[in-house]
Parts: sequence; C-alpha cells; structure tokens
Amino acid sequence: MGKTIIPIGPYHPLQEEPEFFTLTVEGETVIDIDMRMGYNHRGIEKLSERKTFENSTFVVERICGICSTSHPYAYTRAVEDIFPMEVSMRSKYIRTIIAEGERIHSHLLWLGLAGHFLGYNTVYMWAWKLREEILDVMEILSGNRNAYAMFKPGGVRRDIKPEDVPLSVKKIDSILPTLDMIKKAVLDDPVLHARLKGVGVLSYQEAIDFSALGPTSRASGVARDVRKDSPYGAYQEMEWDMIVTENGDVFDKAVVRILEMFEAAKIMKYCLNNLPDGEIDAKIKDVPPGEGIGHVEAPRGETFHYVKSDGTNRPIRHKVRAPTFMNLPTYKATVKGQTISDATIILAAIDPCYCCTERIAVKDAKGRMLYDGKDLVQLSREKTAKMKRRMGVR
Amino acid sequence: MSLKLKALLKSPWVFHLSTGSCNNCDIEILDCLTPRFDLERFGMLLVGSIKHADVLLVTGSCNRMSVERLKELYKQVPQPCLVVAVGTCAASRGIFKDSYNCPVPLDKIIPVDVYIPGCPPKPEAMIAGVVKLIEKVGGAK
Amino acid sequence: MTREEVLMDFTSRFNEDILDFEDKSNTRVYVNIKPEAIVRIGTYLFRNVNARFNIASATDMPPNIEILYHFIVEDINLVISLRVFLNRENPEIESLGKEIEAFNWIEREMSELLGITFIGHPDPRRLLLADNWPECVYPLRQDYEEWDEKADRTRGV
Repeated sequence: MGKTIIPIGPYHPLQEEPEFFTLTVEGETVIDIDMRMGYNHRGIEKLSERKTFENSTFVVERICGICSTSHPYAYTRAVEDIFPMEVSMRSKYIRTIIAEGERIHSHLLWLGLAGHFLGYNTVYMWAWKLREEILDVMEILSGNRNAYAMFKPGGVRRDIKPEDVPLSVKKIDSILPTLDMIKKAVLDDPVLHARLKGVGVLSYQEAIDFSALGPTSRASGVARDVRKDSPYGAYQEMEWDMIVTENGDVFDKAVVRILEMFEAAKIMKYCLNNLPDGEIDAKIKDVPPGEGIGHVEAPRGETFHYVKSDGTNRPIRHKVRAPTFMNLPTYKATVKGQTISDATIILAAIDPCYCCTERIAVKDAKGRMLYDGKDLVQLSREKTAKMKRRMGVR
Repeated sequence: MSLKLKALLKSPWVFHLSTGSCNNCDIEILDCLTPRFDLERFGMLLVGSIKHADVLLVTGSCNRMSVERLKELYKQVPQPCLVVAVGTCAASRGIFKDSYNCPVPLDKIIPVDVYIPGCPPKPEAMIAGVVKLIEKVGGAK
Repeated sequence: MTREEVLMDFTSRFNEDILDFEDKSNTRVYVNIKPEAIVRIGTYLFRNVNARFNIASATDMPPNIEILYHFIVEDINLVISLRVFLNRENPEIESLGKEIEAFNWIEREMSELLGITFIGHPDPRRLLLADNWPECVYPLRQDYEEWDEKADRTRGV
C-alpha cells in the first residue's frame, strides 16, 4: 500500500496555537510523524537579558497565557537561588494559592478542549462555564483573570486582603459539586471509555527516556512531581496526594488531570484558611554574581528556569524550559501505529465524528428536572401518534 | 452601504489567527463563546476556514514564520473583510518590540480596522470592541 | 542512596574527567568536566543513577561558550549541573541525542541559537527559527546585531 503524507496546520480550525505536523500514513495507520515549530518563537530569552531582574518577571509572564504563574514562579525561585535565600512564610502561602488556582483553571481548560476535540461539546461548555468561577476567584485575589503579576524576586507584589478570604473559600466550595458531576460524567461514560482507553499509550520506559513530565508521566506510572520531589512553597504544610495511574493512555491522562483538580482545591482552601501573618516582600536590592536554578510544577509538568548574574542589575543569561518542550516529542512514541482519527486526538487536534445528541434535558429556572431524555423520546412518540390520528394516516 | 457590507454586519463570522501570541488572547476569544458570555447569540460564529469569514481576528506579535502565513491568508479572504487586532501584541507588539523574531508590526503588514488593547483584553472588552466595529462600519453608510 | 553516597560514587568513578567541583548548596551541585567525557558521564547519570534530564543551557561568554547540562536525582532532591567550556570560534561537542531521546530537541535548539555543532546528532535540522533566517547568524550570541534591514522598531501606525 502506498504512503500518503497528511499535513496538519499550521493554522488548523481547532488548533489554538499554530503548529505544523506532517503525518505519514499507510492506509489508515500512521507510520511516521514529524513536526515543525517556530510559529510562536518570540525570542523571550534574549529579551529577558535586556531587562532588569524585576522587569523580567513581566516578560516571563507573557511566555504562556495559561502558565502565567508557573514561569514567574520558577524565575523568582531561580533568582532567589542565586543568593540562596528563603522568602517569608506568608508569601510562600500566597504563591501556592495562586499556583494551585492556575492548576484548576488550566486543567478545566484542557478538559473542555479535549471534549471539544472529541466532538463532546457538552463537556467543553460545562468545563469552561466552571472555569469562569475559578477565574472569578483569581480576580478577587489578584485583580486579573489571567496574567496575575503577583510575583517578584523576594516575595509577592500584592497581599491577600483578609476580607477576600471567606468569599474565595465559598466560591471554591461552590464549584466542587459541579466538578464532581463532571468527573462522574466523564469517567463513567462508556462511550469515552471506548474512545480513549488504550489509545496513544506511552509506556513507563518511554516516559523515562523522553524525560516526560507532569500528568503525561504520572499517567504512565512514573511518580514524578516537583512539589513532592523537591518541596517548595507551602506544599509540605498539608496532606495531599500525588495522582499516579498505570496505563499511559489518553484516558489515564484525563483521569490524572481531573483528580488533580480536587487536590488543588484542597491545597488552595487549606492555604486560604491558614494564611500566616508576616511580611510579603524581602525587598532585595542587589543580586550577587552567580547562577541559580528554579523549578516548579506547572499544570503541564516541571517548568525550569536558569538565571546567571554577573552582579549588575540584569541577567546575562536566562534559560527557560517549558514542560511541553519535553512532553511534545513523546508524540513520536504515542502516535506511530495508531489510526489517523486517533492520531488527531492524541495530538489534541480534531476528531471529525461523534457528538452527544442523546443527552438532552429540559430544566426549569430553578434547575428542577422536568423531562429527561427518555421522557422526551416518549413525548415525541406521542406527538407523532397524535399528528397521525389528526391527519388520518396510519 | 453596499449590500455585501450590510449582510456582513448582521452576523459577522469570525476567523481567528494567532501570529505568535502567548495563548492568553486566544483563550479569551474562546471564552467569549462559552456560556457566560455566549457571543453566538448575536450571530457571531468562530469558523474554521478563512473563506467563510467576514472578520479576521489577529492576535500575537507577528513573528517571522507566521507573517508569511498571514499574508497568504489575507490574500485568500473574501472582501469585504474587517480586521481586528486583539491584545497589546497585535496592536503595538508590546514588550516584543525589540525581539529579533518579530520584525514588523501588524498594521504595517495588513490594514487594521479596530484595535482592542489589553494583556489580555477581558471578554467584555472584546465584545465592546466588536460592537464598536459594527457601529463604525454601519455608521459609515 | 543518600546524597553523600551518590556524590562519592560519582566523583570517584569519573575522577580524571572532573576539573572542578562546586558544592553550592544542599540541593545544587555544579561539576566542571572535560568536554570529551560528556557522553560517558551524561549516559551514566541518566541510565545508572536514574537522574532525570532537566535541560541544557548554553551561554555565550567570550572567549568561550559554556554549556550546562542539568540533571535532577529525584529521590534525594539534588540538581547536578555538568559544565563544559567550548572554544567560541569552533564550538563542537559529542551529541547525547543519539543515545537518549530527551536530548534531541534541546541540542537542535542550541545549535541554531548559538551555533554549536553536535557531532553525530540524528536530526540536525532547524527547530525554532524561520526558513529565511540567514546561516551563521546566531541570535543568542553576545555580538548579535540586527541583520534584517526591513525590520521596523516603531509601534506601528
């Protein structure tokens, strides 16, 4: 059978970011995959070397809009590692709260998009509707929906007001039942099981070889989490679980992310309720010559920053490694041998078929269930029979 | 006003193009479609092909590789087409002004009708921007 | 193994290749090694010590180019950074990407942004820069100057 090359991108209807994949297929089966990046390259490392240590925080915040906490967090930790110094307990708690809030909204975003790619738009709308609530919490705490600008070397830029805490906790509590509903809807759905189980498997050894990170590696059974391995922030202060599953397929990656949201909500609530008193900013003045490494667990895996200083007020080298840089090449292992339609989900691109026409419910304004799918089918049958009688047809 | 333009303003279909953005504006554009803001009730729809589009939403700071695609897409778009620059990067390149990979600002490449500033603009700001665009074009007669 | 055992084993095994050893803090160690030993030491750390490869960061510091390979040993929370110095005029080093998949992309990135040649790299194509970017212009070098005459550094219309 002849080989065909299928290009995907760079501007594909359902890709958010421009990326260019070429799939080589034989019949239905993908036998090779290649990728061209560079549609998003903006030279941030070079730009950051021209800014002062304080200003670089804002540059790294613009690396990724979804990880707009992880990059400043890793960067400030790298600058603090040059001394090395520790920040105050209160600023550690505030940093943890912001980081976990970002984790919830990022996982919800992924879940919604994954539902969208599968043609399961109900999940997309539910997840994104819920995401608005967590963005509200972030807006209450930091003043912005996405780019929070809370971080600075030596502490945090803004304090959390005591009167905002009860409102935020209440909001987080209010999203948990809906989150639970989405969890059940996704994890107990036989159709999603059929669609996602055993698809795009990344084995344990491959996860090690590619140095895969975050949920991608934890779904393959590699217990790897910077929050546990090299503790930072306030993560040692409370009990929480690292979610690890064994199979490494797309379904397990979804499971890890969904369960992690509950852990993140737990951590966030603990930190808000037990916020210690104290200074929020160490007011560092000069950064000594030297080099520092900062790494934190972003929603997608470990974010790694390396900063080298020569004693002036700006870094001479700033290296940024986002988690996707290590996770993306795993496509080489997961896509080969799969069919084209599965390849596109594994690449989180599109899936042309499958929608959820069966799940209709009519609700009144108070949310009481009036009719469910079965009743609607029954109603429609009765109506058809009535019409038939009226028109005199059998 | 030409008939084409009048028809366009009733239900502007939108094509979204990211030219090296940080994803923040793109996510907020998608946010406009989800239940809280729900732009689709005004007849706006995110479409998958530039050939179906009336409005081109551009985000990002136009890096070297995506500029070529941007020019190519702008040639293909059916006229009249309105161009909206979403976010500070698309409007003025923001902090990426001196980047080695972002050589030319967006409005030196294609004509832009409306700028929506913000990093990222809130969904409300985007909706207000699109409403202003409709007013501007509709008022021109 | 504890932190001391890992470091003791490491330093005694590669005694001849290690030029300098800096124990910066409890969780950070910087080791200056000979460039020709990088494959030997890198694969040993990755395969035998079960260290995870974080990333490599290259810095242009005339008259040298410095590459740091960062590894983390997760069980003991220790980041080991291997430092090599290369000649700036003709920077060349053996590729680790042919042995271990995780090194593949970062070596491609370093070779285009800083002009380092990785000998034996399986896939030495461009990763980030555009196709019309000129050869032998490396943006992360200290002496990089704007080559594009059409570039416009104003705020636009």
